[in-house]
Amino acid sequence: MALLTIRNLTVRFATTAGTFTAVDGIDLSVDKGEVLAIVGESGSGKSVSMLGVMGLLGDTATVTADEMTFDGIDLLHLTAAERRRLIGREITMIFQEPIASLNPSFTVGFQIEEVLRLNLGLGRAASHARALELFRAVGIPSPEEKLHAYPHQMSGGQCQRVMIAMAIASNPRLLIADEPTTALDVTIQKQILDLLMKLQEDYGMALILITHDMGVVAETADRVIVQYKGRKMEEADVLDLFEAPRNPYTRALLAALPENATGDRLPTVADFMAEAGQ
Amino acid sequence: MIRFILGKLLYLIPTFLGITVVAFGFVRVLPGDPVLLMAGERGMTPERHAEVAAQLGFDKPIWMQYFDFLNRLLHGDLGNSLVTKKPVLTEFLSLFPATVELGLCAILIATLVGVPVGVLAAIRRGSWFDQISMTTALIGFSMPIFWWGLLLIILFSGILQWTPVSGRISLMYFFPSVTGFMLIDSLISGQKGAFLSAISHLILPSVVLATIPLAVIARQTRSAMLEVLGEDYVRTARAKGMPPSRVVGVHALRNAMIPVITTIGLQIGVLLAGAILTETIFSWPGIGKWMIDSISRRDYPVVQSGLLLIAAIVMLVNLLVDLTYGLINPRIRHK
Repeated sequence: MALLTIRNLTVRFATTAGTFTAVDGIDLSVDKGEVLAIVGESGSGKSVSMLGVMGLLGDTATVTADEMTFDGIDLLHLTAAERRRLIGREITMIFQEPIASLNPSFTVGFQIEEVLRLNLGLGRAASHARALELFRAVGIPSPEEKLHAYPHQMSGGQCQRVMIAMAIASNPRLLIADEPTTALDVTIQKQILDLLMKLQEDYGMALILITHDMGVVAETADRVIVQYKGRKMEEADVLDLFEAPRNPYTRALLAALPENATGDRLPTVADFMAEAGQ
Repeated sequence: MIRFILGKLLYLIPTFLGITVVAFGFVRVLPGDPVLLMAGERGMTPERHAEVAAQLGFDKPIWMQYFDFLNRLLHGDLGNSLVTKKPVLTEFLSLFPATVELGLCAILIATLVGVPVGVLAAIRRGSWFDQISMTTALIGFSMPIFWWGLLLIILFSGILQWTPVSGRISLMYFFPSVTGFMLIDSLISGQKGAFLSAISHLILPSVVLATIPLAVIARQTRSAMLEVLGEDYVRTARAKGMPPSRVVGVHALRNAMIPVITTIGLQIGVLLAGAILTETIFSWPGIGKWMIDSISRRDYPVVQSGLLLIAAIVMLVNLLVDLTYGLINPRIRHK
């Protein structure tokens, strides 16, 4: 049985100019321990669909679906309290901007120990010890010292490691990583990805990786969903996708990679979509 | 940290000098002659007038008077009142607790009401509570204090007879002033009903004085909160499964308070200005009323030194706010 199953997910935003449909009928399922990549350009609705699953969208958003279940639990009809028992424990999420994602007014130690104390019911000493353990697990240098640091005293890569440590603190079954490396240095990107993949294996959790980087997809994912303008264009095993992309948009994305360039000019998505008549 | 404080203090010197010029100049720009006012209705002969003026140093050129003033100031002498002959500092110190009591009470009301109202308006943005509270805040902010004070006196003291009209405590009670703070003194005195009487005298002027700061704090809290609620770290707190009370009350509020604390600090100046009107309306024997009385008596030393003392207090409070800022905002904490 799939861990997370979503059928016909739609997210609409009420704007002053009327209703805007950001996600339009997406189907998606993730198995236990699987790595699913969702690719697409900016505005394709990949982050919004996952924020919708987490219940993190604001009041202006309306999330509907024919089915949305996590391990048999219906996510559509949860009370706020029931949702909080899942979110942050069973399903966790990390974000694109690690420094902005941490609260500037509290030490990172406070922010991770808060998860341990409130979500797992650990005492002060136990949560401190566990936080230290987690900081070591995500490779933060001199963790004892760093527990007392504020986010602004750490680098982006270190902040993302803190975010990851918080996300794995409760042994979640699903981790959603929303462009976790986009805001980071190229050298750090690789380290963070490797860390995520290692933890995914160690903890046996499913991972949904949202990205616009085909290179990241090739390196990490078992399965790929390609999204464009709020719709699913293609879903395939990672090898099949790179070998024989079926959808013109997928071909466009692959052709637009600089390393695949053949002519003088990089083709754009528009070239392919015009050809496909979409 | 000490370096930081010293640096800030250094900045205060030119500001302070500027204030001496304003304080000295302001009272002399007003028409009216302090010597003639001292004489009262009987008037005085030109010879006697010249004699008194010379005694007080008013015959010297204005710039010499200013430097005399500065010179005495440097020696810690703020001068004596022309009317009571008592040192300005002594008078100030005896009246200041009354103003502090009123001001503290007002800022407490303004903060304890303004911050929760602002937070609630922000998290229920667009609701009837938001709209009503923010409209009320705008009205409160635009309200002329003296008129508002009189309205409240008419309603609560006149029609409902819930509170006394003026003063700090009922004439029934008499006890020595220990701290100068009526609430504390009435408690220590142990006299039955004295404390309640002090509170009932304090409540109306405090509300009047709190009105404008309350409106400013509520509006500032709302806008700071709205900004903070859209931040990524608030989303993270939600993603961690934190209950809404903790997301708002801990994660958002701590950050939203940074600009609000500055606002509260800046309100101290507004408060002292407001105290002048409020104390006059309620005959509250504090430095506000003292200043108004001294201005009408053209009591030059009291007005110029009193202004200086008030300005020094405002500057000191602003310095303290700068320091608290570092406590609450780790990004600008000074090592």
